[in-house]
Amino acid sequence: MKVVVLLKRVPDTEAKILINQEGTGIREDGIKYIINTYDEYAVEEGLRLKEKLGGDTKVTVVCLGPAEATETIRTALAMGADDAVHISDPALAGAGPFTAAAVLAAAIGAGGFDIIFCGKQAIDDDQAQVQCILAEMLDVPQVNAASSFEIGAGGAAAAVGRRIEGGEEKWESSLPVLISCDKGLNEPRYASLPGIMKAKKKEIRTKTLADLGFHEVPNRGRSRIVKWLPLPRSGECRMIEAGEPADAVRELVRLLREEAKVI
Amino acid sequence: MIFDGGHPGNSESKARQAPDRRSGEDWGLTPPPGSCIFLIPARTGPGGLANGANHTMQGTVMFIDLTEEERMIQKTARDFARRDIAAVAEQSNRDGVFQDDIYRRLAGLGFMGMTMPEEFGGVGLGNLCLSLALEEISMVCPSTAVAVSVHNSLANYIIHTWGSDELKRRYLPRMTSGELIGVYALTEPNAGSDVAAIAMSAARDGGDWVLNGSKIFISTGDRAGVIVVIARSDPDERTRGLTAFVVEPVFPGFSVGKIEHKMGLRASTTVELVFEDCRVPAANVIGEEGMGMKIALGSLEGGRIGIASQSLGIAQTALDEAVLFARERRQFGERIIDFQATRWKIAEMATNIDAARLLVRRAARLRDAGRPCGKEASMAKLFASRIANEAVYDSLQIHGGVGYTQEFKIERFFRDARVLEIYEGTSEIQRIVIAKKVIDEYERIFPA
Ligand SMILES: Cc1cc2nc3c(=O)[nH]c(=O)nc-3n(C[C@H](O)[C@H](O)[C@H](O)COP(=O)(O)OP(=O)(O)OC[C@H]3O[C@@H](n4cnc5c(N)ncnc54)[C@H](O)[C@@H]3O)c2cc1C
Ligand SMILES: Cc1cc2nc3c(=O)[nH]c(=O)nc-3n(C[C@H](O)[C@H](O)[C@H](O)COP(=O)(O)OP(=O)(O)OC[C@H]3O[C@@H](n4cnc5c(N)ncnc54)[C@H](O)[C@@H]3O)c2cc1C
Repeated sequence: MKVVVLLKRVPDTEAKILINQEGTGIREDGIKYIINTYDEYAVEEGLRLKEKLGGDTKVTVVCLGPAEATETIRTALAMGADDAVHISDPALAGAGPFTAAAVLAAAIGAGGFDIIFCGKQAIDDDQAQVQCILAEMLDVPQVNAASSFEIGAGGAAAAVGRRIEGGEEKWESSLPVLISCDKGLNEPRYASLPGIMKAKKKEIRTKTLADLGFHEVPNRGRSRIVKWLPLPRSGECRMIEAGEPADAVRELVRLLREEAKVI
Repeated sequence: MIFDGGHPGNSESKARQAPDRRSGEDWGLTPPPGSCIFLIPARTGPGGLANGANHTMQGTVMFIDLTEEERMIQKTARDFARRDIAAVAEQSNRDGVFQDDIYRRLAGLGFMGMTMPEEFGGVGLGNLCLSLALEEISMVCPSTAVAVSVHNSLANYIIHTWGSDELKRRYLPRMTSGELIGVYALTEPNAGSDVAAIAMSAARDGGDWVLNGSKIFISTGDRAGVIVVIARSDPDERTRGLTAFVVEPVFPGFSVGKIEHKMGLRASTTVELVFEDCRVPAANVIGEEGMGMKIALGSLEGGRIGIASQSLGIAQTALDEAVLFARERRQFGERIIDFQATRWKIAEMATNIDAARLLVRRAARLRDAGRPCGKEASMAKLFASRIANEAVYDSLQIHGGVGYTQEFKIERFFRDARVLEIYEGTSEIQRIVIAKKVIDEYERIFPA
């Protein structure tokens, strides 16, 4: 079975994000990058499937990202993925969901696949669109935000659970299928030290737009980010210190009327 | 390192004849091995060294940046420490419980065979990687780092470096897998800093050796699967009368004695080991009879780099906790981090930590390059252990009264730090080593 795992390199959740001066993106200095958290569940699920099925099941990581993303890819290989495709082209910097899906589709379609695992969203831009567009482009079913996964008998179908408000949905799908992973699906493993050493010898195939058969960035014009803006500063919080609740309310009303002028 | 103007005294020495700008090179001598730091960035081109290129470049002692592989190893250690070890660290230190489960899982990730070759189930990494791992683990639980350090840099290392093929095959695979925890038993009631005073006797009896005596202060001794013991095989020879053995706790005549109740490192056990007519097969001699002192001295560097790394982790946590606390705490209407008294402490701590890290990594890289690093390892250990103690002191001070309670992490790290200046050679012993090497270097340059 051919398992594909999508991987995105995103800023560490602990990093403080600042917009650059030109308003064209974030300031990259001093930021650490990690594997998108939801993609870690995808890697883990791919590896579990491989361990379960054994034989010639192969887990291939596909990553669209800058040259520096090799370290992120290498981490997935150290966790146990077999090989990787790294789509890296300066023209793809800041690619939107449609563009990303188009180049991923080209890369994945060429190699063939039975299951694609990916995160339910990237924790940087939170768009959660790439996988949906990608599944459409590849013309395969998709189940999003999976919280459980079983491969059916004979590896012919997939049973997927989705946690929803107040319960769980159970889905079944034929293969090939795209499944995006939610928290709780599994506990991702650490990259072991022997795994890190082995990962050095695993193949990362780098592809440019031209390698994937594109002469220009696909469908660039459909949507684009106009400008990046910092969030407005949240106002100062003022605590009303008064003994009795009635006094506190009186003070609050006074402030709303006289200072905030909202009532 | 011989810095400019660092020549001895202002007496009528030959230093006067030396050129004004003084350095090892100016004297026309090859600087003592490891005395120069060439700082070159780890990335030397697209992908650079990070892509598995040869990173033990000749003539290069030190990279400030870590390679991709090193960063990945550091990250696994960091993630495991901050999630899995952190989950149990407070409790196990409070209860004084050794975490068997954590060691098993560390072993599962490869941390118990870091520097051993693959043929023995190891990962084949160097001391720099071991140092990174120990620093990360110590940031969360210095107790856990003790056993990892001793196991790797002493037990594994000694058996692999001096042991026979049979010993290596018999023990190393089970040590790297974590099945057997390796410990190191050198210290005795009357032989601490003075290793040559070891009295525990080893006598031949037929094909076996019979050990009698006791070892004290042995880290993780009660959990040991393999004990590397140095004993006296010849009462008439001082330094050449010592021999190293591999003892298994199941050997007849071995028992665990007193368990110490310590100020810190409470999740690491420290015990007495008692040998009463303990029979050890002749095949379990490490190296040859009489090599004990050589082995003890030859394993010092790795152990010292290990404890220096542990010191770094403790110092880093002290700084982290100080800044995070001081940002929140307000007195006199201001955040205490805005008082100059606090900021000066932070500046001092951060500078010391960086300096210590440079010393530790230099020593580790030298060792990985197979170059002499005795002086550098001692410098790293002396300096890192001292600044770690200063850092926990200042950090606790910044915490004020709550720092003195178990509510805050700094209380545990304050207690854990104290031993850094005692074990793996006290600070006084490090100074003795460093001074001797430095003076010897001068002797070579300006023979008396
Ligand atoms: C928590 C812990 C864990 C340990 N784990 C191990 C272990 O796993 N295996 C093991 O073998 N040992 C272990 N030890 C023992 C440790 O290595 C010794 O405590 C250390 O070597 C110092 O020896 P000592 O305690 O006998 O002190 P001493 O050697 O008696 O020293 C006492 C004081 O005298 C000073 N001094 C001694 N000689 C000189 C000199 N020539 N010049 C100037 N000052 C000097 C020392 O610096 C020190 O300040 C451990 C100790 C502790 C506390
Ligand atoms: C064991 C123990 C027993 C105690 N017993 C008593 C008791 O019986 N009765 C009682 O009333 N209290 C008691 N205390 C409280 C003790 O007096 C306070 O802890 C002490 O006054 C420090 O206050 P703090 O802990 O709030 O620290 P903080 O005042 O918050 O100080 C935190 C840090 O900021 C520094 N700092 C604060 N202000 C400045 C400034 N302006 N410039 C520069 N640095 C500054 C401090 O020096 C310290 O390093 C006890 C405390 C302990 C630990």
